[in-house]
Amino acid sequence: MSQPVGASARTQAAARWRRQAPAALALLPAAVIVVAIYIGAMIWTVRLAFSSSKMLPVFDFVGMQQFERLFATERFVASGWHILLFGVLFIAGALVLGFLLAVFIDQHVRLEGVFRTIFLYPYAMSFIVTGLAWQWFLHPELGLQKAVRDWGFTSFTFDWIVQPNLVMYTLVIAAIWQASGLVMAILLAGLRGVDAELWKAARIDAIPPWRVYLSIILPMLTPMLVTAAVLLAVAVAKLYDLVIAMTKGGPGISSEVPAKFIMDNFFERSNVGLGSAAAVVLLVTVVAIVAPWIYAEHLRPKRSGR
Amino acid sequence: MRVSPSLIGLAFAAGLTAAPALATEPQKAEVIHWWTSGGEAAAVKVFADAYDKSGGQWVDSAIAGGGGEAARTAGINRIVGGNPPSMMQFNTGKQLDELVNNGYLANLDDAAAAGHWKDILPKPIMEASIRDGHWYALPINIHGSNWVFYNAKVFTDAGVPEPKTWGDLVAAGPKLKAKGVIPFAHGGQAWQDHLLFDAVLAGEGGSDLYLGVYGKDPQTAIASPAFKRVAEVFKQLGGLMDQGMPGRNWNDATAMVITGKAGFQVMGDWAKGEFLSAGQTAGKEYACAILGADGGYVMGGDVFVFPKMKDAGGTAAQAKLEQLMLDPAVQIAFNNKKGSVPARTDLDVSSMDACAQKGVALLKDPKHQLPGASYLISPDENGALNDVITQYLNTPSETPDDFVAKFAAAVKASQ
Repeated sequence: MSQPVGASARTQAAARWRRQAPAALALLPAAVIVVAIYIGAMIWTVRLAFSSSKMLPVFDFVGMQQFERLFATERFVASGWHILLFGVLFIAGALVLGFLLAVFIDQHVRLEGVFRTIFLYPYAMSFIVTGLAWQWFLHPELGLQKAVRDWGFTSFTFDWIVQPNLVMYTLVIAAIWQASGLVMAILLAGLRGVDAELWKAARIDAIPPWRVYLSIILPMLTPMLVTAAVLLAVAVAKLYDLVIAMTKGGPGISSEVPAKFIMDNFFERSNVGLGSAAAVVLLVTVVAIVAPWIYAEHLRPKRSGR
Repeated sequence: MRVSPSLIGLAFAAGLTAAPALATEPQKAEVIHWWTSGGEAAAVKVFADAYDKSGGQWVDSAIAGGGGEAARTAGINRIVGGNPPSMMQFNTGKQLDELVNNGYLANLDDAAAAGHWKDILPKPIMEASIRDGHWYALPINIHGSNWVFYNAKVFTDAGVPEPKTWGDLVAAGPKLKAKGVIPFAHGGQAWQDHLLFDAVLAGEGGSDLYLGVYGKDPQTAIASPAFKRVAEVFKQLGGLMDQGMPGRNWNDATAMVITGKAGFQVMGDWAKGEFLSAGQTAGKEYACAILGADGGYVMGGDVFVFPKMKDAGGTAAQAKLEQLMLDPAVQIAFNNKKGSVPARTDLDVSSMDACAQKGVALLKDPKHQLPGASYLISPDENGALNDVITQYLNTPSETPDDFVAKFAAAVKASQ
């Protein structure tokens, strides 16, 4: 690059374009898919949410009617509270348990590889399998309760899965069991990146290990924690298959979730309008939660020095 | 019925390649259906054998998937794509409306006139098969969905007489419990809760109330004291169920009655297949009853439709099928295997099981013929009621008055 400076602006731009053209070309199909299918489908859904569509899409305009019905529908409102409870407990639980597992493995225990595989294994299974196994395990007449009673403890009771006000916690337990291995893997990678010098320094200062983890290591792991939290949050928003496998939304409607409401209305109840309205509400909620984070991460004017 | 353009394209492509092969065998009849479980497959074989015997060649296109969505979607795509099967299964009711409206189905008026279908089929089934005065569907069976199946030995041991009303069953509960038996084996899934509710509605509330609730002016019927009474009895029945009820499959509940672990189950007549494969006979090890003074028989069933074919060979095969399906011997043999009763009510059913005979006897009187809820209300309303009913059954604190209010609101919102 020994060209004279004056003529360079345009040729530099051209050169940059030549370098980037193949990449742009390669990304084009993905971009088209994102715009046409995701954004297109999103607009389509929003449009249908304001129509009276039943089995087939129709393009009339009924204002907020579907939304009024939606929020008067007990099942949908209950679904919202369920997913909130599930989301908070599941994300918090999986992060805490995942972190503890990672710390445990980070002690250079013997058979580390075996433990790592065991902890990560649940994540390799689909939610359907997880759900079925947990359903059998928790079923009062087939699983744990029956087994313990057969051993002689006849008053033992563990029937959360058939208790309307406790059933959501069984979903949380099953989901944490599945996802904490993933959190462990992500955080373990972070822990292994911590400089050994730091540990030596802490030991010289006689700081107890738990204090090092809590006050020094954990803040260093923030990017990993955010990654894990985002992955878990996505699992919360699309929670569907675990519910189908474990409870089918029951007993009654006490473990219904928004995604199941949408699916039922689209594919079983020939009610495209109401299903679309529910999908729009879910989308708006997710955007409302994610938007501040995206703004903080990507769009906020960068302070100098970063 | 939504049909994606890409599937139509695929179906069309398949049609282009498959058409010449079909044309060479004039009497070949391809049939799409979703009878894939053991008993069902045996039942459809009755049709296949009868057709083969009459000189044709039955080509079986069974597409699995309990509710039949997969089979219907595949069949519709092929019809729209121009490569229709000779014959295809639907449920009795509104599913085939769109195909009729778009002119894809052959009209069966000739076969209907020759076979006197008008005289031998029950009126609600007939009405579900006729559009604008023309026949488009051939009904082959009638399922009853408000049967009570009970373990005869368990009932006798507990000193419970044959139940006649829902009140009898509620009263039998404590006696069965005293014997250490779960009184009511119920599968706690929303559709089963709804099926049970409809059974109580028809039996305890009576046929008029049933038709009122699912009729043109539902709110008056829902506000009546009789409807509240139905809600109360329904809740009392809930008290007879065991803890493992939520989420249970219907056939697991049937197994509990078969083994004597539970006293009774409320289910459609397809449950007879489970008793049969366990080696039990109706009227001996187990018995069945339709409860209530009105004897209303909540009906469902299957029909065949015949897509318009381009070649004469295909049409000839269809004509042969059309007259074969309602043949008395075929009807009896098929329905014995399927667990349903013949679509025509004029047959000698002495060779069928005790429950089927009871069902046929009831159906002879038009007063007893109640169309299933799905004939009368939209899938939307049906689903909204599922939610209300299942929540009521599973929420101990919900009173009958709460339930009536929610039921009325759900009906109003989905109309």
